[in-house]
Amino acid sequence: MDPPQTPPSDATPSLWPQVEALLLGVQKPARYIGGEQGARSPVHGGGRIAWLLCYPDAYEVGLPNQGLQILYELLNDRGDALAERAYAPWVDMESAMRAAGVPLFSVENHLPARAFDVVAFNLSAELVYTNVLNMLDLASVAVRSSERAPHDPIVVAGGHCAFNPEPLADFVDAFVIGDGEEVVGELNEVFAAHRPTASPEARDDLLKALAGIPGVYVPARYLPRYEGGRLVAVEPMEGAPAIVEKRTVADLAQWPYPRRQLVPLTEVVHDRLNVEVFRGCTRGCRFCQAGMITRPVRERPASQVRDMVGEGIARTGYDEVALTSLSTADYSGIEQLVGDVIGDPRHGGRVSVSLPSLRVDAFTVGTAAQIQRVRRTGLTFAPEGGTWRMRKVINKLISEEDLYSAVDAAFGQGWRRVKLYFLMGLPTERDEDVTAIAELGARCAEIGHRYHRAVTVVASVGGFVPKPQTPFQWSSQDTAAELHRKVALLRSAAKAVRGLTIRWHDPEASVAEGITSRGDRRVGAVIERVWRAGGTFQEWTERFDLRLWEEALAAEGLSLDEVVHRARDRDERLPWAHVSAGLHPDFLWDDWQEALAGGAVEDCRWTPCYDCGACTGLGVEHVVASPVPPAGGSQGTGQDLEQAGRIPVHLVGSRRSA
Amino acid sequence: MTPAAPAAPTRLRVRYSKTGKVRFTSHRDVVRMWERAIRRSGIPVAWSEGYSPHLLLSFGHALPTGAESLAEYLDLTLAAGVSGPEPWAAADATRAPLTEQLSALLPDGVDVQAIAAPPHGSWSLQQEVSSCSWNLEVFGLAAEELASRVERLLAAPTALVERERKGRTAPDDLRPAVLALAVVNRSGPEPVLPVAREERARLEAELATRPRGVRPRELLEVLGPGVRLSRACRTQQWIERDGIRVEPLTADGREAGTVAAHADRRAS
Repeated sequence: MDPPQTPPSDATPSLWPQVEALLLGVQKPARYIGGEQGARSPVHGGGRIAWLLCYPDAYEVGLPNQGLQILYELLNDRGDALAERAYAPWVDMESAMRAAGVPLFSVENHLPARAFDVVAFNLSAELVYTNVLNMLDLASVAVRSSERAPHDPIVVAGGHCAFNPEPLADFVDAFVIGDGEEVVGELNEVFAAHRPTASPEARDDLLKALAGIPGVYVPARYLPRYEGGRLVAVEPMEGAPAIVEKRTVADLAQWPYPRRQLVPLTEVVHDRLNVEVFRGCTRGCRFCQAGMITRPVRERPASQVRDMVGEGIARTGYDEVALTSLSTADYSGIEQLVGDVIGDPRHGGRVSVSLPSLRVDAFTVGTAAQIQRVRRTGLTFAPEGGTWRMRKVINKLISEEDLYSAVDAAFGQGWRRVKLYFLMGLPTERDEDVTAIAELGARCAEIGHRYHRAVTVVASVGGFVPKPQTPFQWSSQDTAAELHRKVALLRSAAKAVRGLTIRWHDPEASVAEGITSRGDRRVGAVIERVWRAGGTFQEWTERFDLRLWEEALAAEGLSLDEVVHRARDRDERLPWAHVSAGLHPDFLWDDWQEALAGGAVEDCRWTPCYDCGACTGLGVEHVVASPVPPAGGSQGTGQDLEQAGRIPVHLVGSRRSA
Repeated sequence: MTPAAPAAPTRLRVRYSKTGKVRFTSHRDVVRMWERAIRRSGIPVAWSEGYSPHLLLSFGHALPTGAESLAEYLDLTLAAGVSGPEPWAAADATRAPLTEQLSALLPDGVDVQAIAAPPHGSWSLQQEVSSCSWNLEVFGLAAEELASRVERLLAAPTALVERERKGRTAPDDLRPAVLALAVVNRSGPEPVLPVAREERARLEAELATRPRGVRPRELLEVLGPGVRLSRACRTQQWIERDGIRVEPLTADGREAGTVAAHADRRAS
């Protein structure tokens, strides 16, 4: 149990009595009470910089976010900082708060957001942007940076979406690009030296100092220039770097966080222990922003993973642990690790392990079978493309044989339900690539019927949205009408297939995601209009409304074609080009051309370096525990393509100096 | 002193309170809190068989989200071969009593008051409990008006409410479920909402749980418009046994056996 709550020492009174009065009238009131195991109850004052860490979505979506929890611990462990958390109040609570004059509050001490020096947002998805504005407004902080008073909280944002900061550039004082573990302390020191900011000049000085921290982007220190309705430059002012390079933590072993994962009192997504086993991915899937912006691969040593799992299970009482990463089956020695965790006598054989992202091969299914000794759900694979040609274009090198043997193994070992993830609207896609999804699904169902009378194969299809900092950042994006046509085509191809179900993501939502993904700074005004028109919680189907976005675009003199659908050419100044994930623009362009030509590349953990720039530019290296690919793992890594060169990896443990 | 392990699984009954901020969690949330606490406690609770094994915990009537309680119950089925708390709870005399150990594993506001084996042959809490006592802080009506509405309700032969069931509304008579109801004339703590003093009141009610559990909000509904609930607290649950009303387990561990209470005393 956590120590008893101590009220904050300074003068700001807790809002709890006012909040409590609203809770009998709202859905899921436990969203607003805090009290999680592992939550801190920091004492304010004493010159400590107070951070309010915000997740701009509902509590049950935001609470599990590991990035936010890591920063929460790091800040609260510092003598010169403290952190509390806030989540977007659901629509009913928001109206109750506005009616009663209750501002955005923290869930620990129920303090108003304005009692904090820093209001920091995690940006994990683009469609939450309107919630960022709404939370600032609920906090009584001006939504536009330029309209903030000197003493107002400093608004900070980080997370994957910060790799194109421009759509939120008018609202965020400073973005943090890349891993936050190290830079958060540097930010705190700058805040400690400058807060409170009593004059506009003092606030300005603080922003200038922030812009000098590597990995920090202060939009007010950059001026975008447009010609003929199109962005041509983003010019840095004095002292601001021309290119903001991302921050990268070289060695995960030095950051075994979160040490005390928050255990919520109420149900949340991913309600289990989560242990990050590696960061980064070099499979090189060309559509995947997460894989591109988190290079290189940095594995956590297996012994540390085992300790974090053992301590975490004992502390939390969870009976499930997820070993998280972008592709956990690629972890060196994954089989051994999973066996160790499941067999750990401390857990009494009652702990199940989940691998959120399965590679498509029979070996992986074997590991999954070992895991699901404890509890059996469905298995999910992500071939992403319907034909080998399509999969080469996106560099997801899964052959049909791989897929069928994986599915065969899954049904053979007792699973009855297999889910397949696909993207639709990919570059160079033809109708036959779409209908091939139904053929793959049908074949999988047929394999299943050899083992069981009733099986379910679900093919889940999402609309492709080109993402910044990927080789597909120049690609066109399908219109909603085109996606609807392709969905209809796929559904009719799948109609007669017994055991195959097609599910698809709302094409309109993909379009709105496109606006916020590749937009430039002018999209900020669009986001503000959507927010003012009531468009919050746009990630939620029941709240999403594309018309709000279309009207806002039109009002700003922009079009869907200009912002979303058109392909970009090499000469165009991309809105995020002054932010770097370490990847050379030439590498990305060449890879894009290679994709259009249907060529694939191998995983550079075990094969030649393509000089993407991530390792050399950042002065870090791949950290993996094994010089050879995982057993059975040639599949999908492109090892059957031509091989050459030496292996640019460091083995875990061979380099550690501290 | 522990007799040989009986063939039938042994149950333990736990009484706990739920007060403060944690009252805004749901019944399902409470079930999960207990599952995590039991796994951490090392108490050898039995697991169900089958496709998706789970801990054998059996809860009483669900408490509405937002209501507090001084008398919540749950039964644990101990693993085969374990007959009481002795071997695993009291082995180390320096350890805190089991009630305190469990409270420390549960969120603030969930406090274990007593643990004991229920009487031999007793049914599940859901089957046994026949009524609950409630303290209800209400506001919105002058005290006299509230008192006369209470009188009218008690004098009425029926109290119909429209109840939605499977998409259809049907009249439901709540009157038989209102076993006792009185306005209590003492000033409670400051209510959550700022209302005039004369419009605040406390009701004490006993509501039946059969044929279905009647909730405090439904009671307010039959009292007519204008009565609003600011705080509800379940103070007791009752079992009717041979015409006598008893609690499933009293807060000091009496009534339903003394095994664990004894263990606690020895350990403390």
